[in-house]
Amino acid sequence: MAKMTLEDLRKLRDSKKSEIQKRDIAGKDTQIIIGMGTCGIAAGAKVVLDAFLQALDANKLENVSVTQTGCMGLCYVEPTVEVITPGMPPVIYGKVDAAVAKTIVEDHVMRNKMVSDHVFDRPSADIIKDGGK
Amino acid sequence: MAFRNYILVCGGTACESSKANAIYEALVTESKAQGVADEVQIVKTGCFGFCEQGPIVKILPEDSFYVQVKPEDAKELIAEHVIKGREVKRLLYAKEGSRKHAKVEDIEFYQKQFRIVLRNCGFIDPENIDEYIAREGYASLEKVLFEMTAEDVINELKIAGLRGRGGAGFPTWMKWNFTRQADSKQKFIVVNADEGDPGAYMDRSTLEGDPHSVLEAMAIAGKTVGSNQGYIYIRAEYPLAIKRLEIAMAQAREYGLLGKNILDSGFDFDIEIRLGAGAFVCGEETALLASIEGRRGMPVPRPPFPAVKGLWGKPTVINNVETWANIPMIILKGGDWFSKIGTADSHGTKVFALTGKIRNSGLVEVPMGTTLREIIYDIGGGIANDKEFKAVQTGGPSGGVITKDFLDTPIDFGSLIKLGSMMGSGGMIVMDEDDCIVDVAKFYLNFTVDESCGKCAPCRIGGRSLANLLEKITKGKGELADLDQMVEIGEAMKKASLCALGQTAPNPILSTLHYFRDEYLAHVVDKKCPAGKCKSLISYNILADKCIGCTACARKCPVGAIAGERREVHVIDQAACIKCGVCFETCKFGAIEVR
Repeated sequence: MAKMTLEDLRKLRDSKKSEIQKRDIAGKDTQIIIGMGTCGIAAGAKVVLDAFLQALDANKLENVSVTQTGCMGLCYVEPTVEVITPGMPPVIYGKVDAAVAKTIVEDHVMRNKMVSDHVFDRPSADIIKDGGK
Repeated sequence: MAFRNYILVCGGTACESSKANAIYEALVTESKAQGVADEVQIVKTGCFGFCEQGPIVKILPEDSFYVQVKPEDAKELIAEHVIKGREVKRLLYAKEGSRKHAKVEDIEFYQKQFRIVLRNCGFIDPENIDEYIAREGYASLEKVLFEMTAEDVINELKIAGLRGRGGAGFPTWMKWNFTRQADSKQKFIVVNADEGDPGAYMDRSTLEGDPHSVLEAMAIAGKTVGSNQGYIYIRAEYPLAIKRLEIAMAQAREYGLLGKNILDSGFDFDIEIRLGAGAFVCGEETALLASIEGRRGMPVPRPPFPAVKGLWGKPTVINNVETWANIPMIILKGGDWFSKIGTADSHGTKVFALTGKIRNSGLVEVPMGTTLREIIYDIGGGIANDKEFKAVQTGGPSGGVITKDFLDTPIDFGSLIKLGSMMGSGGMIVMDEDDCIVDVAKFYLNFTVDESCGKCAPCRIGGRSLANLLEKITKGKGELADLDQMVEIGEAMKKASLCALGQTAPNPILSTLHYFRDEYLAHVVDKKCPAGKCKSLISYNILADKCIGCTACARKCPVGAIAGERREVHVIDQAACIKCGVCFETCKFGAIEVR
């Protein structure tokens, strides 16, 4: 790169900042945990993981960490994903694919609205009926 | 580009020496072999500080803290953690005696720390300027170049109350202001990276982990005081720090953050590295400047101070590495923010290199006012091997010892001086019951005697006399009058020596004499060394009632000084014994006693 002007430096900083913030877990209040045991991977968890990362990037969400975990024990509904976000009960989604992942980011993470069709565990039935609120 | 995992491999000197480089290479190779090279970012970063447990590999976003990792572990880390998302439990940090595998935030070592100077260490890749820039890097330089006047910068430092971290604690704003007001066409900025205290490596780790923070601070100082040239004086024994500085300087020049017309502001500033040959006295600022000029590193009397008449007789701002690393954060967040951290007269944080008989040795940054007990017990995890705490030496060869009665003293510039020690540059060496205090004093004194430049008589002759007296005491030939004479010589050295090396050299003796007079008396009057360190004063003896005559000691003795038949009590020939202690360590029955 050639010598920079003040504007160049600021632009570079802004573009690199979001990249490095993904590394920083402090200040992230929302967690997406993807079950990546053998069952999860076989059922397509890796595609789901990529879909989450893309959806977060596309929506410029910086407060969300995406982590992996082992088998959650719900092998019959793999791939499973747990979402923990403030103001909402922790929710485990099952049978998640790339499209559902996108919906989870857009509805659950961004609008605090559960994706009821895919909820498999945690909130009891009445919470689901209330639409997660 | 979104990565699913970030693997941070420690690249500090301590971890590099235990193969961190090979681990990094192995992780890169494995990630390619297992087809996830595009999905993980592997970064070699600066020191995490937890050197006791190195080499350290941290994997984000899970925040898994892997310790004592070996290159062979790379395959499993990639296969299990990255691909399957299962933590490799056997490599996770676990506190002694507990099975719980800790996350970084659960590790006691980090809980009481507050990181300003080490903010980027263990987080960014020090060889990549973009990562520094992403963490608000060079934003302070922007402010200083385009928004602030020189008065503003000085004023901000004044509000912050930043004091020099090299040991003396002189207010930084005053130094800068003297140089700014000095009338001269040529002025210089100098970084003192000649870190020489035994057991201290704060500055090395800062430069290795975050070199740009120092470069940015130098440019800020250059703009403020009106200087276009900086020098970093660093010892040649720090090859990794030098390499990272050179990389950082090249990248900054390429981006136009060093060199001519920085960011089109019309301000020119460049930096050169000067290597020191490892003389301790060159940490003294006037000797350091002489060494940069190519002369022999010897101090000259002050005043005039370097701020007015320094390098080549020109006004020079010279600060320690840690002081420099604080500057960008103060400019960025404001002096007011900084002044709220710490105690009334000492603001901000201090980095300590915690070493000696401590469970978690490593690099620690705490707010001023943290107590020694918190550092040694909460962060350091207490004394290794469950021995009894005896004392902690602070301030290196210029400081003194602090005993357990004063462990609750909040650390700041003033409090430790009151106890006869000093904060110094940040070395902190913990001693346990097995350390002989006279031996410790002798170690430090021999260090300063070796490192004295020999220019002034009080240091050259006084130091040697003190060393001779200590030698006499540890040989069992000491007299009571020697103790008084040591105090007398020490006081004279403090008053008459030319520079801080000689002025502070007697401190280890004076402070140990004050707190551990009994132990000196044991050496002088009873001719005994209570800790069993001084070989002339101890003897190994076999206890007749415990010896079963197994012959183990006799077989191990390197000089054949132990005689005795099988199943009979053995005897040590004191005239032949070289007091190596092998028999003591060999005996399984506790039948050998040190007297």
